[in-house]
Amino acid sequence: MRIVQHPILTFARGKKISFTFDGRTLEGYEGEPIAAALHDAGVKVLRRSIRLSRPRGFFCAVGKCSSCLMKVDGKPNVRVCIEPLREGMRVETQRGKGELIERG
Amino acid sequence: MREVEIAIVGGGPAGLSAAGIALQTGATALLIDDGQHLGGQLVKQTHKFFGSKEQYASTRGIEIARILEKGLEGHPHLEVWLNSSAVGYYPDGVLTVLKDERLVKVKPARLIIATGAAEKMLAFANNDLPGVYGAGAVQTLMNLYGVLPGRRALMVGAGNIGLIVSYQLLQAGVEVEAVVEAMPKVGGYWVHAAKLRRTGVPILTSYTVLAAEGREWVEGAIICPVDERFRPIKGKEQRIEVDLICLAVGLSPLSELLWQAGCKMKYISQLGGFAPLRDGNMETTVKGVYVAGDSAGVEEASTAMVEGRIAGLAAATSLGYRIADAQRLKEGLWAELEMLRRGPVGQKVREGVKTALINQDSDS
Amino acid sequence: MLEKDGVPTQDDLASIAPSEERLAKGPVAIIECFQPIPCDPCYDWCKRGAIEKFRDPTDLPQIDYERCNGCSLCVIGCPGLAIFIVDQAYSEKRARVVLPYEFLPLPEEGEVVEALNRKGEKVGRAEVLKVQQTKQKTTLISLLVPQKLAMEVRFFRRGENG
Ligand code: SF4
Ligand code: SF4
Repeated sequence: MRIVQHPILTFARGKKISFTFDGRTLEGYEGEPIAAALHDAGVKVLRRSIRLSRPRGFFCAVGKCSSCLMKVDGKPNVRVCIEPLREGMRVETQRGKGELIERG
Repeated sequence: MREVEIAIVGGGPAGLSAAGIALQTGATALLIDDGQHLGGQLVKQTHKFFGSKEQYASTRGIEIARILEKGLEGHPHLEVWLNSSAVGYYPDGVLTVLKDERLVKVKPARLIIATGAAEKMLAFANNDLPGVYGAGAVQTLMNLYGVLPGRRALMVGAGNIGLIVSYQLLQAGVEVEAVVEAMPKVGGYWVHAAKLRRTGVPILTSYTVLAAEGREWVEGAIICPVDERFRPIKGKEQRIEVDLICLAVGLSPLSELLWQAGCKMKYISQLGGFAPLRDGNMETTVKGVYVAGDSAGVEEASTAMVEGRIAGLAAATSLGYRIADAQRLKEGLWAELEMLRRGPVGQKVREGVKTALINQDSDS
Repeated sequence: MLEKDGVPTQDDLASIAPSEERLAKGPVAIIECFQPIPCDPCYDWCKRGAIEKFRDPTDLPQIDYERCNGCSLCVIGCPGLAIFIVDQAYSEKRARVVLPYEFLPLPEEGEVVEALNRKGEKVGRAEVLKVQQTKQKTTLISLLVPQKLAMEVRFFRRGENG
């Protein structure tokens, strides 16, 4: 859910773009953190804890905890609370610690 | 290796103020921040600030951020690195910064650490469920990006942050079911408590949260009154329906760089945790390393701005830069700090700062 | 009690109340600021010199009710949203209460709303007389309330006809 009107603030939002979350196409604003767009779409569970598989969501919002690690365009362990959203991004729920990828 | 005169880590109220005055003396500065924007926590503050004219009283935090930033914009002696994390400080005075996924080495003649504070956590059942957020995260989501963090909230903590963020939740259109506070008293300003209470939000002192409920995310919370030794009173548990539990249970100084620099640190509970010893110039026990704002001890944005000016002024003058009436200016800044810390609400901080200050008579 | 639940006590309120005679004369500022915090902009906002210069910003504000004409400038400036205007001379039956408002949507002029006290409890109905937006984004809402509620009503809620 987005805030439509606010008594004090105005929101300078970027261009509306689409991206995918686990294959599902969602919309968000360019440049906002991926987690903000996911939250707007009602996606609260961002990953599962490694050992007990407990749900993990957005928590610190400043890239200091590791609650929101996800796979973005194939790259694991991306902190989606600070990673800016771009057109066509492929965002996926990460399993476990995330597989290492080849560096190009 | 990049050599710079003054490196400032943290672009919040303290760092921006430090940069402002350092530039005024003619020094050059590099301002490093790990966020996408300058202003730190100020950009999330919708309320008007307290204090006096000198500290922008009656002006909203978000406006103050704009004013501070405008004062620096395009200054030829200032370089700003955003999305850059200062990750290490070495004994030879080299600061390593993670910038654009690369490690960059910077050698500053003076270093000002203004990294701010981190939120404290609270232990209760299921506190790891999505929907349990730090107050700072809630502010980021709703005030920076305009996304609602939930529909119905429980606020934990009635200090200034808990009270202010509760009001901000209402402004964003979120219902606040209650504010719980384990202490028998409201810790924040009474005017914040009163403006929240008259909208109908109950403020429950001597109350705590025992558990979050829900399978995949928060669907409710169990709250309970506590006795004078903070033990939950059996049989008094209540369930409230919320999808957001917001924690505002205090901050502690972000001090990693200070530890790495070898600054003498002291645990000062009144300042929120380990804080560096510092003198009347806000210089730590390591020569050339200064500190300002919440990383020096958790306080208000208004005091952070003043401390930033003291540190910026001292760092620049120690490099030989001059400004008219520097001594008078410094005394004036200390008088401002003293004023902001006066009265019963400043007592804790006053005690804390007293134990952190060193070389007082020789140097200030 | 403010420090327990955010509600000022009768004693707190009595300590700042203007005299009955002054209230009867017309609009006046009621400054509900009871804690010595470092804050003094209400002094700068008042252009009539009704709020005394603070010797120390942590002093409580001191107001001269004879000088105050209820102009509401201090209501806009107070960061604590702690100042209200009460005008008991509005009419025989109704008093006017001006309060600072920082929410949306704004009520309509003429709308009937629920009148709330300092605890947020409904104590009656009010009619919105005036909605005055300001550059500072604190909107001044003037409510008409029954005379006996003039010192009780400090907020409102929109609802079905109050
Ligand atoms: S209402 Fe006007 S005259 Fe009265 S104290 Fe406030 S600013 Fe001054
Ligand atoms: S401006 Fe408001 S909060 Fe500040 S001292 Fe005056 S009445 Fe109190």
